[in-house]
Parts: sequence; C-alpha cells; structure tokens
Amino acid sequence: MTSLSKAPQPAAGPVLEVEDLRVRLRTPRGTAHVVNGLGYSVGPGETVAVVGESGSGKSVSVLALLGLLPPRTATVSGRALLHGEDLLTMSPERLRQVRGPGVGMVFQDPMTSLNPVLSVGRQLTEGLRAHGHVSKAAARARAVELLGEVGLPDPGRAVDRFPHELSGGMRQRVVIAIALANSPSLLIADEATTALDVTVQAQILDLVERLQTEHGTGVVWITHDLGVVAGIADRVLVMYGGRCVEDGTVDDVLERPAHPYTRGLLGALPDLAADDGGDLATIAGTPPPPTDLPAGCVFWPRCPVRGDARCETEQPPLAPVKGSHYRDKGTSGVPGEGQYRDEGTSGVPHRAATWCAEGSGS
Amino acid sequence: MTQLPTPGATPAQPPPSEPIPAAAPPRPRWRETLGLLARNPTAAVSAVVLVLIVLVAVFDETLAPDGPNDQDPGRQLQPPSWAHPFGTDEFGRDVFSRVVLGAATSLRVGFLSVAFALVVGTLIGLLAGFYGRWVDDTLMRLMDVLFAFPAVLLAIAIVAIRGAGPANAILAIGIVYVPIFARVTRASVLGVREEVYVRASRSVGASDWRLITRHVLPNAAPPIIVQTSISLAFAVLAEAALSFLGLGPRRPNPSWGLMLADGRGFIEQAWWYTVFPGLAIVVTVLCFNLLGDGLRDVLDPRQRTLMAGGGR
Amino acid sequence: MVLAGVSVLVFSLIHLVRGDPIRLALGTRYSQETYDALRERSGLDLPLVEQYLTWAGRAVTGDLGVSFRSGETVTALIAERLPATLTLAVAALLVALVIALPLGLLSALHPRSFVDRLATVVSQFGISVPDFWLSIMLILVFAGTLGWLPSGGYVSLTEDPLGWLQRLVLPAIATGVVSGSVITRFVRSSTLEALGADHVRTAQAKGVPTRQVLTWHVLRNALLPLVTVTGVQLAYLLSGVVVVEIVFSWPGLGQLAYQAVRDRDFPVLQGAVLLFALVFLVINLLVDLLYSRIDPRISRS
Ligand SMILES: Nc1ncnc2c1ncn2[C@@H]1O[C@H](COP(=O)(O)OP(=O)(O)O)[C@@H](O)[C@H]1O
Ligand code: SF4
Ligand SMILES: [Mg+2]
Repeated sequence: MTSLSKAPQPAAGPVLEVEDLRVRLRTPRGTAHVVNGLGYSVGPGETVAVVGESGSGKSVSVLALLGLLPPRTATVSGRALLHGEDLLTMSPERLRQVRGPGVGMVFQDPMTSLNPVLSVGRQLTEGLRAHGHVSKAAARARAVELLGEVGLPDPGRAVDRFPHELSGGMRQRVVIAIALANSPSLLIADEATTALDVTVQAQILDLVERLQTEHGTGVVWITHDLGVVAGIADRVLVMYGGRCVEDGTVDDVLERPAHPYTRGLLGALPDLAADDGGDLATIAGTPPPPTDLPAGCVFWPRCPVRGDARCETEQPPLAPVKGSHYRDKGTSGVPGEGQYRDEGTSGVPHRAATWCAEGSGS
Repeated sequence: MTQLPTPGATPAQPPPSEPIPAAAPPRPRWRETLGLLARNPTAAVSAVVLVLIVLVAVFDETLAPDGPNDQDPGRQLQPPSWAHPFGTDEFGRDVFSRVVLGAATSLRVGFLSVAFALVVGTLIGLLAGFYGRWVDDTLMRLMDVLFAFPAVLLAIAIVAIRGAGPANAILAIGIVYVPIFARVTRASVLGVREEVYVRASRSVGASDWRLITRHVLPNAAPPIIVQTSISLAFAVLAEAALSFLGLGPRRPNPSWGLMLADGRGFIEQAWWYTVFPGLAIVVTVLCFNLLGDGLRDVLDPRQRTLMAGGGR
Repeated sequence: MVLAGVSVLVFSLIHLVRGDPIRLALGTRYSQETYDALRERSGLDLPLVEQYLTWAGRAVTGDLGVSFRSGETVTALIAERLPATLTLAVAALLVALVIALPLGLLSALHPRSFVDRLATVVSQFGISVPDFWLSIMLILVFAGTLGWLPSGGYVSLTEDPLGWLQRLVLPAIATGVVSGSVITRFVRSSTLEALGADHVRTAQAKGVPTRQVLTWHVLRNALLPLVTVTGVQLAYLLSGVVVVEIVFSWPGLGQLAYQAVRDRDFPVLQGAVLLFALVFLVINLLVDLLYSRIDPRISRS
C-alpha cells in the first residue's frame, strides 16, 4: 500500500504505518471491541490529529502501539510499523529500546502519570540513562535543560521537587519533558495540553514544531481542542466506536466534513450539536459500549441522517469522499466501494465511513 | 519477560480520566447481594458451613451421641474409633460430643459480644460522625484509648476484674470491638454526610433522626455488615482464648478453649484431644473470615472496612 | 491526650473490682498489719481523685506500686520481664516479614498463579488459627513427634545462645504467623495497586528496564505503607504474645499479667496493662515519625 501522506522529506519513508489495528479487552461484561481495524500513517515531520469523543478508543489505540495495555486482558492484532519495524511483534528487549528514543508518549492524566515518591529529576534522568551511557551529572544537566524547554519556571530547583509540589500544569509539562527526553522519532501526545493555559500551550506546540523540523519527528496528537487541531495538524483522523470514521487534510475534515458524526462534532449540524466554543461540540446520546457494538454503522443509533438502507445492517467502509470536482463530473451521491483516488491539492485522500457522504455542499 | 504483570483483578475499570457518571449511593439490595454472594463459591460455601455450625449448636443435645459428662470408664484417652470418632479424653468422655456441645458456648459468646460491640460501636460512630465537633472529638479519643490496649489483654483484664464467666467474657470481648465498629460507622457517616442528597434533605428540614434512619444508616450498612462477619471470627477466637486461659466457662462445661487447655497436658499421648477442638475453632473462624471477604467484595468494593485480621 | 485516657482507664481497673481488692488478693490468711501496710502503700485509703493523682504522679516517675503478693515493686517485676517479651515480639515480626514479603510479592506479580492461590489459602488459615492452638500443634509436631526443639522454657542468650534460639523459634512462629498472614494480604493488595498505577506505564514508556520499573516504580511505592502496617502489626503482636508466652512458659510480660490475674495481684496487672498500652502508643508514634521521613509526600509538605 502506498503512503497516504506526502512526506516533507520524500527520501525517508513514513515514521509510522498502522494497518488494521484491532484491540479486544476482556472485561466482566464480555469482550470489548475497543479498536476495530484502524489504519493510518504518519510521515516524518507530519502531525496527525486524532479527535473523537471520550471512549472512542483513542487512548487504547495508542497504548496498544507501545505494548502498554494489560497483557492479561488485551489482545492486539494488526501491524504497526515504526520505520518499517513492527512494534506489535518485536521482542520485549527491542520494544524497550524503542520506547523513549523511538516513540515518546505523553499520557493523558498529569495527576497520576508521575511517580509520587520519586523526584522530578530522577524520573527524567531515568529515561535518559536507560538509553546509552550518560553520566549522572550529564543526565541531570540535560534534565534541567528539558524542564526549561517545556517552560517550567526555575528548572534548576524544579528537578529536585516531587510531583505533589507542582501544579497540574507543571506536572503536565514534566510528563511532556519525559516524552521528549530522548528526541523520539515519533511523539504520541494524548490530550497533552488539556491542562495547560494558552501561553504555555503555545510554548509547548512551538517546542514540538521545532523538534519536528530538527529531527523529522512524526506526531500523533490526540485532542479535543479544535484550535490545536487547526493550528498544528497536517491531517485529521476522526475516531468513533474504535474506527476511523473520517480522515483527510485539516482543511477537508474541518471545512468539508463528510461524516454525520464529524459534522456533529464540529457543530455543523445545528439540530445535532450544541456548539460550545473552540472545543468539540457535544452530541446527544452516548457512544456505544465496546462490548456491544451495533451491527450496522457504528454511528447508526445516534445518527440523524440514516440516509441509506444499509445503515442499520452493514458497516460502511472507509471510502473517498466525493469532492466538489467529483460532483462536477456528475457522479452519484454514493462513493464507489474500493475506489481509491488521491484528490485535492495535498495528495491526501479525504475519506469517510458512511453510506451517505454528501461532500461539503449540503 | 518485559511485559509487566498487571493486576488481573482490575481489568475492566474505565480509564480514570473518563468522567464517571455520578453513581447513586450504594444501597444494599438484598436480592442482588445474595445473588452475587452465591456466585462467589468460597463465600457461599462458608455461609453454608456456618449455617450448619449454627444448626449443630442449636440441636447440640440431639446431635451429640453422648452427654457432655458421660464417662466411659476404662476407655480413657482412646484414639478415634467408630464409637468415638474424635477419641476420648482423660475421663473417657467422648470428644466428638463435647466438640458438638461446645459450639453453642462459642457461638453464643461470639454473637452476643459482637451484638454488643455492634450496637454500642455503631451508636458511638453515628453520634460522632453525625454531630461532629466536640461530640466527635470526645468519643473518638475515647475509642483511641480503648484501641491502645492489646485486645486479648484488655479482655483478660476486664474478666480478671469482673470475675470469670460467660457474661463477663461477652462484655469483655464486646468492649474490645466497640472502637472498630465506631470507626467504621463514623467513616461511612462522614462519607454520606457530604452527599448532596443529605444536604438537600437537611435544608428541607428533616429531623436528625429521620436523616439517620433514612439516609445515613442504609448507606453505612454495607461496611458494618462486613465488619460484623469479620468481628464474629475474632470474637470466636477471643472466646476460645479466654476459655483457654480459664477465664471463660467453668469445668466441666464443654468449651473448645477449655478442652484445648486440658488436652495440652496429654499432648504426647492423645493428639486427638487437642486437634479436633482446635479444628472446630479454625473452621468456624475461617468461615466467618471468608464470608466477610466475600461480603466485602460484594458490598464494599471501596474497602472501607479493615482487612480481616486487622482488628486482632 | 490518649495517654492520659489510658492512664485513667488503667487506674480505674482496680476500682472496678467487686469487693476489696486487697482482701481478694491476700486470701484468707493474713495479718492486719500486712493488710494495712498494703492499703497504705497502694494509696487505696485516699479519696479517689487524690488517689489517681498520686498514682499517676508516681507512675510518671516509674513507681507503679508494689505487688500484693510478693511485695516487690511492680517496676522491678516488669523490668525483669520486658526484655523477654520484646525479644519474642521482634522475633515474631521477623518471622512475619520472612513469610509475608516473598509470598505477598510473588502472588501479586503472578496473580491467579499457583503461588497466589497458595498464599491466599495460607494467609486465610493463618488469620483464622488461634495462636495458642497453633502453639500446641507446633509443640506436638516439633517437640513431640520430631523431637527437634524443646517444648518451652527460656535460657538466657549469654548462657546458652543455641538453647536460647531453639526455645525462641516455636513461640516466634506461633506469634508471627497471624501477623505474617495479615501482612501477606497487605503486600499483595498494595503491590497489585502499585502495578496498576498510571505512573508505572509512564516508566515503561520511557524504555526503562523491567527490573528497574519493578523496584523503583512498583515495589518502592507498594512497600512504603508497609512501614505503617508493620508497626501496627508489631503492636498487635504484643497481644498475641500474651497467650503464646503462657503456652511456651516464656517468662515475659504476658505471663506476668496472667499470673497476676490468677493471684488477683492487681497492681502488677495494672502495671503490665499500662506497659502494653505504652509500648503500643510508642510504636505508633515511631511509625508515624519514620513514615513521615521516608515518604516525600509527607516530609516535604
Ligand atoms: N483497561 C481497560 N479495560 C477494559 N476496558 C477499557 C480499558 N481501557 C479502556 N477501556 C474501554 O475502552 C474504550 C475506549 O477507551 P479510551 O481508549 O480510553 O477512549 P478515549 O481515549 O478515546 O477516550 C472505553 O469504552 C473504555 O471504557
Ligand atoms: S452510514 Fe448511515 S447511520 Fe452511519 S453515519 Fe452514515 S448515515 Fe448515519
Ligand atoms: Mg483517552
């Protein structure tokens, strides 16, 4: 399969290629199908924003990449190639080496993501020293530097502090510093800036951007903040019920959303959404429990459109959205299955999983 | 292996960051509780065994082949046989019969002392938790004082002063466990008191009594029930200890602790004399503990009660 | 504050006695002089509040009165017995930790494994077994059937180190098993909790080796509260010691208290009870201090 992205450095292949990622979790209420055939790729220096409501499987899908799900309850299948090397099948020791310099991860909850009984410096240097011979003093110096880079005031003293002595925003920055410590070639940020105020957030985004230009770091950015999406993302992936229901360039997805769910999120459908500022809008109802997904389209129970007979019975595939120039050619409203064509100026296809994509016009 | 083992017990919780729907306060729903218990085999078996033990205690005279002091002269210290499944003691008495007859003593003292601790402790905990301020301070300091004494020693001291005998044993054991019930109840009350609906009813002008009976007690009940089961285990143990030390029922009344004390002198010749009464204690205590654990899993998942053994 | 309450309670013990405690203690044959002397020495002829103040005042200076029986000072009697009791309690705690740490950790690291099931069964039994019965069973097996160890008694460490150790083993096991079971369950549950903590995932994501994740991010966090639990268990061990000492004729405070109960020697009983409570409070205080030193969350804020 060809790369979906037009990489800034065409010589290098994609940083990450995820194919048909599936995650099942054993729960007392039965098997939860949390991620169901997710596929995307991240090129060097590229930023992919992942959006979707709580519970749509965003966190689980990235935790699965690094083997961080509880091994006793989670079954992961598919492929996740980091520079061509499959994360899901690599040896435990190789995976350990990749965690850190290969993939850095910023976790969702700053309050619990740090060890309460170890100093901030200790938690930072630990990561530095796990990958290569770094002296204690050098690691410490680098830790101070990193804390300064993520905008922590007085980093020289902050290294010796304990997490409970820091505010939520400061802890969040420490978690970010830990993820950036080894200049990873892929950065995964799970709602990383949610706890931060706008200036600090801008500072962090600048830092990440610099990392991207200097190291060609690919970024997967999970967020609820449409401002962030618009500001940093090259592409957007909309998740619902463990699937990608729509993806494409920022412009395509934000301005010409094709899936009723995306339109709901963006507040494009007034009867569906209650708009609240920059954040994603809320949609009436709740996502289906992953233990009990609907037989047809995952969004069917909440969908206000339901414009096709197959909605209730058959899951629509992710297929290119008929763009405006398609309509010019007079194609029908339903995209052809399996039909695959790059479109638009970015070379990135705009795809959606719905039986009744109508493009941006309607 | 690089994979860290992860708790098998907590797989299904939603990630902590997701908003958890404001749960209704856990009210004990009896049907459901029993159903869940029945699905916990250890707890269910324990409950059944306990019911059997209680039946044995109630129908002891019918079940025991011999009277407590029937002697079989010439058959002293006989090993277990068909006629005497648990052997005989130094007077030729049937150990099996005496174990059966001893159940009533153990259970009576156990139940009554826990009932005492339950009533007094719950009352103190309710008052302390509900009225707060100086009431709370005074009562809980008092409980701290009681808590500072080793349980068995305090019971021994009380019995030593009041004189040996079942009534004083009940009082002594009861007093020892009052602080535990007071603490558990108080903690529950404090939790419940903050809940919106209590504040709501208070502003509407509900009386304290109504608040306690309608809101506080039903919510404090689960940990108290768990604590009761666990305390019964220790009350039976403490009763046995007091009897063993000669501070419980007097000879020749059949009592498990007393039998152990007497059997100790014949340990080289007659292992059955001490093994069977001891097993009776172990089984009873074990069942109360297991039932308590099972009840905790069902009723008190947040583990507000002391772990079994914590009150010893 | 609690200490004052404890002292009042201990003091009032003697006044809760039905009848005249001295007469009860002396039995039937005694001279009026002995009676009067004891009564005056124990201050029982004074008004109640004054009595308490005198008693408490003396207790603070280490004078706990004299034995109704032997006339020896209670302080001397206690001082003589205290080392044996502390030795036994510490030995029992060692036994408890030696059982609990490996068992608790292994069962948490391998949930639902054979070790885990074994640990669950063993700790349930350990909690449910009366310590005095366990003592008897240990004597039955190790002193009787196997004949490996003496069934009781005490020799001093300096005279006969091996004999001392041999006599310490069984009572220490009998006392330690209960606490060992409680601590096993604690270690298991707190390790499980630590394993599931979010920060463990952060540590793993850094690419830190598993062993390091386990020691620094799981065990360290899981075992910090163990200090508190161990302290509390040490205090509870003292309770178990009372009965076990009697079974093994271990000449400690428990035996002293028991003897005092039999002899109705109330000042000695008071002294022993007070001392147990004191030790309990001191241990709790030390544990709090220690904990606040080792847990940065407390020591730094
Ligand atoms: N460890 C787990 N065990 C069982 N179910 C889980 C676990 N973690 C997450 N889930 C479930 O998986 C679904 C997706 O969760 P998550 O990936 O955290 O969603 P998001 O990050 O998009 O909000 C949710 O329904 C959640 O309840
Ligand atoms: S396939 Fe049907 S139900 Fe699903 S989103 Fe499209 S219109 Fe709605
Ligand atoms: Mg999430």
